[in-house]
Amino acid sequence: MVSAKRIYADFKVFSVGYLRNKFGLFFGLIFPVVLILIFGAIFAGGGGEAVNVYVQNQDTGAFGQNIGDNFLTALNQSTTINVITVNTSENFAEFLASNSASDGILIPPNFSTDYIAGNQINITVYGNPASSTSGIVSGTVNGYANYFNLQRFNGTTVIGVTSATVNTQQTNYVDFLIPGLIGFSILTSPMFSLVNISSEYKKNKLFKQLSLTPLTKMEWLISKVIFYILLSIAGFLLMVGVGIFVFDAHITLSLWLIPFLVLGPVLFASLGMLVGIVTKNPETAGVIGNIVTFPMMFLAGTFFPISSMPTYLQTVAHVLPLFYVTEGLNNVMVYNNISAAMFDIAVLGIITLVIFVFAVKLFKWRED
Amino acid sequence: MLSIEVSGLKKYYGNLKAVDGIDFTVKKGEVFGLLGPNGAGKTTTIEIMEGLRERDSGDVKILGFDPWKNGYELHKKIGVIPQNFTFFEKTTPREAINYYADLFHVKADADAILREVLLEDMAKHNFESLSGGQKQKTGLALSLVNQPELLFLDEPTTGLDPNARRAIWEVIRGLKAKGKTIILTTHYLDEAQQLSDRVAIMDHGHIVAIGTTQEIIQQHGSGERLEIHGSQQLADYIKENTELQVEYDPAIGIITVALKKKIDALAALAAAEQSGLEWGNIQTRQDSLDDVFIKLAREPLDEQEKTTSETQTGKKRRL
Repeated sequence: MVSAKRIYADFKVFSVGYLRNKFGLFFGLIFPVVLILIFGAIFAGGGGEAVNVYVQNQDTGAFGQNIGDNFLTALNQSTTINVITVNTSENFAEFLASNSASDGILIPPNFSTDYIAGNQINITVYGNPASSTSGIVSGTVNGYANYFNLQRFNGTTVIGVTSATVNTQQTNYVDFLIPGLIGFSILTSPMFSLVNISSEYKKNKLFKQLSLTPLTKMEWLISKVIFYILLSIAGFLLMVGVGIFVFDAHITLSLWLIPFLVLGPVLFASLGMLVGIVTKNPETAGVIGNIVTFPMMFLAGTFFPISSMPTYLQTVAHVLPLFYVTEGLNNVMVYNNISAAMFDIAVLGIITLVIFVFAVKLFKWRED
Repeated sequence: MLSIEVSGLKKYYGNLKAVDGIDFTVKKGEVFGLLGPNGAGKTTTIEIMEGLRERDSGDVKILGFDPWKNGYELHKKIGVIPQNFTFFEKTTPREAINYYADLFHVKADADAILREVLLEDMAKHNFESLSGGQKQKTGLALSLVNQPELLFLDEPTTGLDPNARRAIWEVIRGLKAKGKTIILTTHYLDEAQQLSDRVAIMDHGHIVAIGTTQEIIQQHGSGERLEIHGSQQLADYIKENTELQVEYDPAIGIITVALKKKIDALAALAAAEQSGLEWGNIQTRQDSLDDVFIKLAREPLDEQEKTTSETQTGKKRRL
């Protein structure tokens, strides 16, 4: 019964209308990016191009030379790494974790001795698999290790690089902010738009009018949902682009993001429609829409990490559908924790299905 | 051949009897006007016929279909302009026509349809920037996309200026000439008189009169009368010196003489002349559809209708 041709016709008319509405376009695409720019600028600090890396040089030198120091000086002259020295009295791994650092370089004791003697010696590069800077750091260190090897007679390899994982919890605010604001745009665009459209269409009888054509309510809703999925993906790409290129955000992109970019808009478009059709008029719909949307906007981990909130608010967050979008996006993009993300997808899938079915059931083209 | 058959149709909203047992039929190719004050049940009736509302009881057959049960099939064969037609704000009339054509899976010549409803100039303007009349014309254009045999026009000219109304009338006349069956609800009685082959006047959910406008006026009107501007004295003189039925309204200074035959006017005027008293303008008039409408519709009309009725009653035939 569902006709792709009619869905496409409705989609075409709706998207052309949407693109002509500069206001909607601004709030759908530009506004979340502006938020990232504002919040990112406030919290991320200056953020130069070079990656700040903690290093600990345990090398004590040999024959009046400290090859470890030479190596670090060379690294520091690279444009990619900015070396910050950590005192040898610190436990380096613990230091990195407590400073929420995602990268670190450890030069072992006897580095100079072994280098000069031609014994195999390894530099340890600490990194976070979820962090985009870790690749830069290990790449740079590898490059300089090769350079130092070539400096030796015949270029025999003595310096090797081993990697270790940093036990950091969170990289920085921008990394967290990007999934949060992607969640924000997945919530607000379809939600506000569908609250408004469905209550207005009901008021001025556009639904009745459409019911006089072969378009079905299911086709109408599917066309809106497809539109908001595409809008969310466009918003996602813009935000990720800004995050990576402007703030050097450490985020992972993976196919596991797709379920959130699809289910999110379906859920909030349906929820928006539900609010629009169960309320009496557009004014009430607007108020109810805000009552539903605003707590989610602030409590579901969009602007602030859930963990920074009091326990009772964390409990509240768990009943907000948006929580499973932002948490899932964080699990994929920041923590790289796919099993946790799968749980979020499952919960989100169930909530979406329930809301979608309710919206379709309660949505009446005609009156009785 | 009948396009519409309605019998014993009822629709109640709680205690409100919106439609309370009405019967009528509409022939193929006929323009049928549905008149009545606000709340008379016109829109409920028309929406039941369109398959937008479910009836409580009665039989309704539209082009042979039960509109509620077979609405989806019926909608492919009818065209509708709902009351206060509106559309997507950022869509142009041309895009709207192509959209409907896609939905109905028909090939539509958007330019031809826009020409037919006299809207070619505004083909590329967003709906929100159109005037009231142009918006209604867009509605008309959309109702034609699927080449319907039956059209429902629910107050197609309400709120439009006289020029825009007449432009819509032209379009409706054009459709009638093409043999379309048209159901028209309107507040404007001149509109019904101008366009309809037959009308039904509804009030409180009932049909209180049905037929051609002439038939309704004959059945429910009070016949022709002569009006003379003059004094109470003159009215008394005419009354005493003729066998005519004479009434006087001191508020407006008009003597009204009921005319059983046209020649009665001559007798009344002869008496007036003989009296030697002064008399002013004279005119004959007959109940218009408005007078009948006001007589039949029990509730006071809303402001808009009052204005219309006043303009209507101002149209008097000069002797």
